Amino acid sequence: MKSRMNSSANNGKIIGVMLFVVGIFASMMVYLGYFVATNEQDMINNSYNHRQELILAKNYRGSIYSSDGQILAQTALNSKGEEVRYYPYENMFSHVVGFSTHGRTGIEDFANYYLINSDISLINKVENTTAGRKNPGNNAYTTLNYDIQQAAYQAMGIYEGAVIVTEVSTGKILAMVSKPDFDPNTVVEMWDKWVENDESSILLNRVTTGLYPPGSTFKIMSTLEYIKEHKNEYQNYTYTCRGSYKKGDMTIHCYHNSVHNRVNLTKSFAKSCNTSFVNLAMGLDRDSFSDTLDKLLFGKNLSLDFSTAVSKTPINAQMSDEEMLQASIGQGTVQITPIHLNMITSAIANDGLLMKPYLVDRIESADGDLVHAYKAKEYGRLMSEEESAALQVLMKEVVENGTANRMKGYGYTVAGKTGSAEYNSLGDSHAWFTGFAPAEEPEIAITVIIESAGAGGDYAVPIARRVLDAYFK
Amino acid sequence: MQQFLVEVSKYILALCMAFYTLDSLLVFANRNEQEGGFLYVRQAFWIFVIQLGSFYNLAVLSRDWMYVYMYLAMQVLLVLILCVTSIVYQKINRLLLNNMCMLLGIGMIMIARLNMDKAVKQFKIIAISYVICMLVPIIITKCKFISKLTWGYALIGLIPLSMVLVLGETTLGSKLSFTIQGITFQPSEMVKVMFVLFLAASLSKGTTIGRVLLTGAVAAAHVGVLVLSRDLGSALIFFVAFLLVLFVASGSYLYLIIGLVAASGASVFAYHMFTHVKIRILAWTNPWTYIDNQGYQITQSLFAIGSGSWFGMGLYQGVPDDIPYVEEDFIFSSICEEFGTLFGMCLLLVILSCFLMMIKIALKCKTPFYRYAAFGFGIVYIFQIFLTVGGGIRFIPITGVTLPLVSYGGSSMVTTMIMFFVLQGIYMVAVKEGDKFHAGKENFKHRKNRTEKTNESLEEREDFDEKQDEFISE
Repeated sequence: MKSRMNSSANNGKIIGVMLFVVGIFASMMVYLGYFVATNEQDMINNSYNHRQELILAKNYRGSIYSSDGQILAQTALNSKGEEVRYYPYENMFSHVVGFSTHGRTGIEDFANYYLINSDISLINKVENTTAGRKNPGNNAYTTLNYDIQQAAYQAMGIYEGAVIVTEVSTGKILAMVSKPDFDPNTVVEMWDKWVENDESSILLNRVTTGLYPPGSTFKIMSTLEYIKEHKNEYQNYTYTCRGSYKKGDMTIHCYHNSVHNRVNLTKSFAKSCNTSFVNLAMGLDRDSFSDTLDKLLFGKNLSLDFSTAVSKTPINAQMSDEEMLQASIGQGTVQITPIHLNMITSAIANDGLLMKPYLVDRIESADGDLVHAYKAKEYGRLMSEEESAALQVLMKEVVENGTANRMKGYGYTVAGKTGSAEYNSLGDSHAWFTGFAPAEEPEIAITVIIESAGAGGDYAVPIARRVLDAYFK
Repeated sequence: MQQFLVEVSKYILALCMAFYTLDSLLVFANRNEQEGGFLYVRQAFWIFVIQLGSFYNLAVLSRDWMYVYMYLAMQVLLVLILCVTSIVYQKINRLLLNNMCMLLGIGMIMIARLNMDKAVKQFKIIAISYVICMLVPIIITKCKFISKLTWGYALIGLIPLSMVLVLGETTLGSKLSFTIQGITFQPSEMVKVMFVLFLAASLSKGTTIGRVLLTGAVAAAHVGVLVLSRDLGSALIFFVAFLLVLFVASGSYLYLIIGLVAASGASVFAYHMFTHVKIRILAWTNPWTYIDNQGYQITQSLFAIGSGSWFGMGLYQGVPDDIPYVEEDFIFSSICEEFGTLFGMCLLLVILSCFLMMIKIALKCKTPFYRYAAFGFGIVYIFQIFLTVGGGIRFIPITGVTLPLVSYGGSSMVTTMIMFFVLQGIYMVAVKEGDKFHAGKENFKHRKNRTEKTNESLEEREDFDEKQDEFISE
């Protein structure tokens, strides 16, 4: 009798343990489902996973297209009947499209999963297999525009550097050129040579992973901070430029020792007056400036579909005045990637809201059915609408009456900022231009850096103009 | 046509598995598992469809006649198990029997696909184990003394365990097995049965402090020997079984809390004491960093599952052999790779339905010994599944235990089959008890004179029935 009482008393405990176990199994299954739903592509793309080769034994790699239908990469058979990856435009798309013949880079890497898989109809698959043919992999349609890419590629000529053009309302990347470049058709033969002669680092995509001193383009950030701190009276700012500014042991000169005399904020920005900006920056709250730069994604891993280098600034509450002097005009230890500067520019043009830059628009099966569409996504708000409007006005003036006036009078309006970033003590500089067009109703943002060329207004602006010509033609 | 069949078969197989799983769960809608005979026949049908579809794929894609022979042999064995068992033991629990056959079948498909030699060995082991198992329910139902062999179980268990410690061969830093005349034994597997019987026998006599301490000491001896042999996976299973059976038998949360505190302390200790524990934790937290060495196994397992995705790469079309020890410890990952994760999830639900049935059997038993034994076996079974599947999908660190009835491994197979048949025996005891009870209830309705005592006990019984209702509606 006693034991029976005992056994009905522990029913509840047994059921409790059972429910606990069921709960654990439920969470394990949810975990498994979540893993499969979110990790499939990463798992297949990992080079330690040999299953790619299995898939490629059944399918051949799909093609990559520009948005206007040009083939940027395709797999064809050579005279011996072997599969070869062929890049018709050779060097022109080398970094952005990348290659899949010696490891993978660029879009070849990003879209790898789709390119090697085939989503043609089952009937076609069966037909192919019975005929002993491989299935065609899916095709990737990029956001790249052939004409703009070509214009940028040709405008850069023999210079080294980078150009990126994006659509501000969507984040679509229309062109991405990095020089020096290489011919992806010859990756296998040339690999060792390229890796040996590393000084020119031709494999590096300078748009995404090149870190440069921003030079005067950094005045956009200093100005934004100044506007934030002086919401209502920033237009009252005045300063008298004598060509140099002294603080402690350090003297800052205006570019080419120009003297700008009496300037307000608009003129300081348009003429890129260093002394005025140093003066302005010395009054900024460094703590708040550091927050603003945080919001502008300095020191952050950009969460994009491709890897990027991290832009750096030394600005914080504890920094010395000397460091602040240099940082405020984008010299010293400040560094930025061209794509990051382009994102900031694009946000200014899009009323403060940054759209996430992306390269692949959609994936289609070889039958032409949509497999996956990449949608425009908001990256986040980098600044308020008022702040971006104020910067837009200042940047227009740079083209109208400032350092980028070589852009005026080509049938479209532009706004932007030039930069000449000194990278050694001899005063040699990289030429920058970052801006958007049309100035009133911005459609695209363009960022150009030409290494070791000289002043931004002299070298980067004309190249940017030729790219814009191609867009507005 | 052939190509077409191969291409669509993975969807068909997943669908069949889903239907089977649904039936496994529908069993619980019937209050009495003896009803719903059609449902069990339908389940058997799905088992054979999955066998046919899978072996067809294997044979067509490999062009190896071995798969045809293996298919035929396995079908004969499965038909025998299903028919002979239910003819000899008419009151058998059909869900447990069907599920056992389903798991054996899927295991055979996967092992045959991975390694035909191992599959042939596994086949023999299943056949021999089945013969042994047919005796088990008789022993359970007829031999009343089995509930009194408390110290016998402890002794039968501890001796071979200690033998491993002395004679054992080291695999992967753990002493797991020893070999006598060419046959390798892994006693920690077989001792599981003895251990659960020991716990049930001992704790069914009461849960006074003295008895709890004594039982705890014997359990500690088991766990201690296993820890010394560095078989931490088994040590964990034994410990959890002890803790939960004690919790249920005593009804005391205090024991549960003491146990959990002791376990956390022991884990910290194990982490610092054993390098292979440290490595496994490292591989769990950072598999991608150590992909070349410590994390190799788990990352390959994740590749298999991730590449297979929902519907799998198709049988014979993946590379599950990339995972080290796939037939033993990572069979679940290889199933997910080739059959697909949906199939794998169904498999987990089938396993869960086994566990639920074991719990239902425990609740049905009125004699504490049987009740605790059924509950203990349920815990040992499901906890091992948790360790192996959870380890393979990186839910928890890898412990290196097998997936019972599915993985390759003789000791594990014999033990789990015996466990299933012990449960069948217990089930038959419970059904008999229930019949007696119902008969008593009927009698009672027609009798007017009764003693107060029977009245009391009846109320308890009704109370019990109500609780069962609750359970069923869960």
